[in-house]
Amino acid sequence: MREELIVSGRMNPHIDPQLEIWEWHIPAYLFLGGLAAGILFFASYFFIKGKSDEYPTAVKLAPIFTPLLIGLGLVFLFLDLKHKLYFWRLYTAFKIESPMSWGAWTLMAIMPLSGIWAALNIKTLFPKWDWKFDVVKDAIKVLEDYKTPIAWAMMILSVILGIYTGILLSAFNARPLWNTSILGPLFLVSGMSTGAAAIIILSKSKAERHTFARIDLLLIAIELFLIIHMFMGFRASSQVQIDASAMFLGGQFTAVFWVLVVGFGLLIPAALEVMEMRNKKVPYMVAPALVLFGGLLFRFIMAYAGQMSRWLY
Amino acid sequence: MRYAMAVDTKKCVGCSDCVVACQTENDVPIGYCRDWIVEVTDGTYPQLELEHRSERCNHCENSPCVRCCPTGASHYSDGGIVLVTKNKCIGCGACIASCPYDARFTHPKGYVDKCTFCIHRVKKGQEPACVAVCPTKCMYFGDLDDPNSDVSKVIKKRKYKTLIPEAGTQPQLYFLI
Ligand code: SF4
Ligand code: SF4
Repeated sequence: MREELIVSGRMNPHIDPQLEIWEWHIPAYLFLGGLAAGILFFASYFFIKGKSDEYPTAVKLAPIFTPLLIGLGLVFLFLDLKHKLYFWRLYTAFKIESPMSWGAWTLMAIMPLSGIWAALNIKTLFPKWDWKFDVVKDAIKVLEDYKTPIAWAMMILSVILGIYTGILLSAFNARPLWNTSILGPLFLVSGMSTGAAAIIILSKSKAERHTFARIDLLLIAIELFLIIHMFMGFRASSQVQIDASAMFLGGQFTAVFWVLVVGFGLLIPAALEVMEMRNKKVPYMVAPALVLFGGLLFRFIMAYAGQMSRWLY
Repeated sequence: MRYAMAVDTKKCVGCSDCVVACQTENDVPIGYCRDWIVEVTDGTYPQLELEHRSERCNHCENSPCVRCCPTGASHYSDGGIVLVTKNKCIGCGACIASCPYDARFTHPKGYVDKCTFCIHRVKKGQEPACVAVCPTKCMYFGDLDDPNSDVSKVIKKRKYKTLIPEAGTQPQLYFLI
């Protein structure tokens, strides 16, 4: 039997007895980042494919909200910082090995692009919108011509943003639960699924909703596969990762994860989407609302549980 | 130059003098500490074994904390000592999450703080405060590149271990066993 005790006393706030350096801000920020990434991906993808008229919500309406989502995410990130006055230091350096740095710069690049996209499409939301100043009107006219390159840049950046929300966590080898490269793709797919859900909620056209329900169904299937794959990887890994996964396989997170995240956040919405596509009468808001709820909860659970997982020595 | 420290677990009695010395020397705010003592009991009565370790930042050669810092506040300084530049640190906590030894904390003023190997003393030719104050003289500090330094000599002579080397950090705190 082995017992390890810190006998000199160590109660560093947020470190002992258990790491709690990130509270609600970071998971909320990851959720908003993933959601914005999902929406922007579909907007640019379907625009490039020339389907703007077929999927107006995805291409024009939903992206209008993304600058707000990203902005709110940045506010949360800012609130999380403990040395706030030095926030600008994020933008005087680019550290290629630091996911946090990548994320900060990606957000800085995608935020103005999403703002431009929103400005170009603002009339979908407010038909009477008037830019008032001629300079702005002229700028908009110029930008109209560059829609395709903007869409391409947005599509690439949205994938980076979406995958980054997972890589931010997976880069920490000190926290075994996060330290799996599945987390990047998993958060990307989950973010795209929340994006599709948001589009379904906003859409007024049944055909568009059905397309996105079908897309979401595929994404949910990939997510389930990745989740199972992740736990298989943990089970076959070192003791620290076996212990980390045990929190979800019998430990304290088992019920909330499998019932709320997997059950209510993935399986039930998947079933509802199938029913909706078969033209059964189900309120179409329920499935996407559950997807959004599941995505948010998933990030909270991963953030908290990950900080609980640790090396033994 | 490669600064490192060796702690003799056979000599350490767990008196915590090093902890208090550090807090005094470095003005560590009340309720925080940069070094700490771990007591390990192995076995079942009456076959028991006891080990004391004075722990702190390992000044890792492959530091996850330096790698993940978005601003370059966490960096390698002279002799591989890992330091935090206060006015570059934004307090994002990434480095805290990245340290498998939980050696860092957020100073009440907002930036991240941790052991500096008392670089301000070392530069003057003195030992780190914890090393200097230890009543059993169980700690050795010095330059690993210099074969005549205290730490090089004792590491050559004795068996040692490092903490979770499998985390890939290449820690520079050697525990003599
Ligand atoms: S012990 Fe922790 S804080 Fe110190 S260098 Fe290693 S990873 Fe960084
Ligand atoms: S808290 Fe400070 S030292 Fe740590 S990673 Fe963030 S900016 Fe760097």
